[in-house]
Amino acid sequence: MTIGHHAMIDQWYPVALASQLPPEGRTTQLMGTAIRVLPGDPVRVVTGDGRDLRVTLRYGHVWTSLGEPSKDLFDIPEADQPGRRLVEVGVVRVRCSPLRAVENFLDIAHFPFVHTDILGAEPHTEVGKYDVEIREKEDEVWATKVQFYQPQAAKSATGGITTDYMYRVPAPTSTVLYKTCPARPGEWDVITLFVQPLTEELCDVWPWMALFDDETALTDLIHFQQMIFLQDRSILENQIPRLLPLDPGREIPTRADLTSVAYRRWLKRHQFTYGAQLVAQ
Amino acid sequence: MILYDYILSPDAYKVRLMAALTGLKLELWAVDMHPGREHQSEPLLALNPAGSIPILVDGDLILTESAAMLVYLAKLAAPEWLGENDAADAARIQQWLSFSRRLTDHLGGARATEMLVEPGDLPSLQRAGTVDLREVEAALAERRIVGQCFLAADRATIADIACFPYVALAPDGGLSLDPYPSIRLWMRAIRMLPGFIEMPGIHRLHELKPEPVSDMPETV
Repeated sequence: MTIGHHAMIDQWYPVALASQLPPEGRTTQLMGTAIRVLPGDPVRVVTGDGRDLRVTLRYGHVWTSLGEPSKDLFDIPEADQPGRRLVEVGVVRVRCSPLRAVENFLDIAHFPFVHTDILGAEPHTEVGKYDVEIREKEDEVWATKVQFYQPQAAKSATGGITTDYMYRVPAPTSTVLYKTCPARPGEWDVITLFVQPLTEELCDVWPWMALFDDETALTDLIHFQQMIFLQDRSILENQIPRLLPLDPGREIPTRADLTSVAYRRWLKRHQFTYGAQLVAQ
Repeated sequence: MILYDYILSPDAYKVRLMAALTGLKLELWAVDMHPGREHQSEPLLALNPAGSIPILVDGDLILTESAAMLVYLAKLAAPEWLGENDAADAARIQQWLSFSRRLTDHLGGARATEMLVEPGDLPSLQRAGTVDLREVEAALAERRIVGQCFLAADRATIADIACFPYVALAPDGGLSLDPYPSIRLWMRAIRMLPGFIEMPGIHRLHELKPEPVSDMPETV
């Protein structure tokens, strides 16, 4: 499918792990356009018809844009904090809208049912009241004061704890989660989901983390996050419709879904509609 | 007993599942297969020249084939899982253990291509995987007609454990299990086994939990 110029063209998207670029490059696509990510100094991203795209390297990944981003890639100040371990989780392909991948990540209520005995457990299924706002100055969606009981909140957690969360959506297909850091109270662990839209109904997801945890082996940290995300994947691939509906229709949100409601409202406001269903069917 | 393990590997999950079902304790060593490709590193190639995961090490014994690991765990802890009551049973189990290699190649190949973006010819892997699924479905349908729900005997055996993970994860490779009612019933029977453990993409049966007790009176 060809796409006209729209707001999401001018956004930054992850297209490769910088550390894992094969010598021949990575052949992939972005929003239906064939691209190649070529290693070297500098790393280049070229389209099938030979156009060089803008490139930035950040958070372990190669980022590019089919258009002209008006801003630099969003900042995660914690990423530069000394002592954090930066965890490259690798790519997972999901047959769903890139917007649905983000929206599922923002949902707390599914923890006891999808991540049973890890991020949640019955009967502790209630999502308490929390705050959601669209921050005008930063132009980001934020959910704060989220609390949830978790049997094993992180690889470094032993036993159940009530975990504090903050969710942030700084770009239409990227989201950052801040959660209680079991190893260092007072700091937040940072867990992100960077989504590469291949088409409106197919995406490559690149989870990435910046954690305070000096104990756990890197492989175990990677596997913990892969386990969590793969539990989500089988749910994501079964959501109907595949596109994320922006108009209220068959989906009835509850109070626990306030973050999702704000995210959809924000997408609509900016016409971030690649992967969205505009009119309820 | 050390299992060189990967949380997303269905072959490694077979061994973890078998150990859980028979009450054996494994020491798990996580191998960074994706994205790190650690299974292709020198130390692991020295253990297993094929460069595959899982690897099971028990003293001098090094096993690199998951079917052999299932036999080993069953012999050690729970021989009833070998199901060898007569010649036909024993042969049927061997048949399914060998067949499970086809599932690894086809359904596992489709899954690695579709999910982990590994190189592969997805349509031809899916075609071959569909042939495999139809064969499992036909066999299980015949078992159901004689009143049994497992592949090779009147109880779950290593044959079921060898075939279950790749079949259950077929949707990860883009193959729906909707057309296979006997497979779905069989998967349910396996997920009901005492000691069953899950892996990402294979969920536990929530409906086996007791009904939540409400403090509210049922009628007002």
